[in-house]
Amino acid sequence: MEALIQTFFNPGIIVAAWPIVRAGLWNTVLLSLIVVPLGLLGGLILALLASVKTPAVRWPLMAWVDFFRAFPPLVLLILLFAGLPFAGLELGGFACVAVAFFLNTGAYYGEILRAGIDSVPAGQVEAARSTGLSRLQAMAYVVLPQAVRNVLPDLLSNTLEVVKLTSLGSVVAVPELLYQARQAQSITYNPTPIVVAAVIYFLMLWPVVRLLSRLENRALAGR
Amino acid sequence: MSFTETFFNGRVMLKYLPDILSGVVVTIELALLIIVTGIAAGLALALLRSLGVRPLNWLIIFIVDLFRSLPPLVIIVLIYFGLPSVNLSPSGFVSTWLSLAFVLMAFSEEIFWAGITSVARGQWEAARSTGLSFGQTLMSVVLPQAFRLTIPPLTNRTIAITKGTALGTVVAVTEILGQASSAVSNSYNPSPLMMGAAAYLVLFLPVVVAGRWIETRFAWKR
Repeated sequence: MEALIQTFFNPGIIVAAWPIVRAGLWNTVLLSLIVVPLGLLGGLILALLASVKTPAVRWPLMAWVDFFRAFPPLVLLILLFAGLPFAGLELGGFACVAVAFFLNTGAYYGEILRAGIDSVPAGQVEAARSTGLSRLQAMAYVVLPQAVRNVLPDLLSNTLEVVKLTSLGSVVAVPELLYQARQAQSITYNPTPIVVAAVIYFLMLWPVVRLLSRLENRALAGR
Repeated sequence: MSFTETFFNGRVMLKYLPDILSGVVVTIELALLIIVTGIAAGLALALLRSLGVRPLNWLIIFIVDLFRSLPPLVIIVLIYFGLPSVNLSPSGFVSTWLSLAFVLMAFSEEIFWAGITSVARGQWEAARSTGLSFGQTLMSVVLPQAFRLTIPPLTNRTIAITKGTALGTVVAVTEILGQASSAVSNSYNPSPLMMGAAAYLVLFLPVVVAGRWIETRFAWKR
């Protein structure tokens, strides 16, 4: 037991590694604050396009969404990070993460928002239009608020996945929580910093998981 | 060099095609292992939970929450770089398999449990009153109804988690992305990466399209 604590929860190493890990924590929070809105924006664009019900828009859009849902996010990230420089375009780790998340998580957010928009009865749009609101106004003030409310658990669940996904940044040297923890691990020759990072992720995201679990149960009970 | 010569160089592609194909085999093996063990473990946990033993259920809920809140890459790194300190040295393949199987276990337990609880209480009581045992009720009455409800979310989760096999690259698993990356650094040419990307699309695009179909086919009629 003593040996296990020395290996995985070494107090001396926690103290020594804390400044490095803390910097990573802030970067993870910052990164999340950037990529979540970016993904939502991508999803909103896709969902709004999908509300145009002509086949000429619908099919290419579905292909786009399926394409990015089939592509593992890490593959997309590596493609941008290691492939683009050959075309003379060097984006840097952070920009690559931003673009990859916009494309990948945008596709997921797009599907959720589309389902939300579809869940709002057509009569709502007709009523809104008949009061003199333009198409865009009807969408922004009448349809979207209801759509978002209807799919709130799914949006939250996807956001949780997006925050977890920011750990991929470590692969392209973005100094987020996992990257910093691995740096600290290689300096101290001890896995304690990675355990600390895992504990931080857990403490940060556990309340969200609990909330989701409750929302899902309530949705089920209401059926 | 032209764009085609850089990104779709025939000579480079031909040379590294066998590597990419061996990567495809590893990815498929890893994916199947994760799916079978992860879903089986998830179902087992959900069935255990239906027994209604309080302390056991708290433990199950904690394990599920843990693997839902940790990023899969963190779990992989923890197993691969952490366990050698206690003289267990799982390979990259085993680390990736275990990590993603745990994650799938957690998500599928939640989905199976939601399915089981969605079957109305009265169904249990009615089945038991006809003389069926607890196990018989579960197998012949509850699970058949629960499974139908679980299929769409389970399919989507399984696809999303199986795509995580690419994370194995970080711990030196020779799956598609790993093979493609090392081929790029050996050939100084991005063509292998394009091949790898194409391989992922060939593998996962049919699954995503099938998932979409399953979602509408098994959709809960409201």
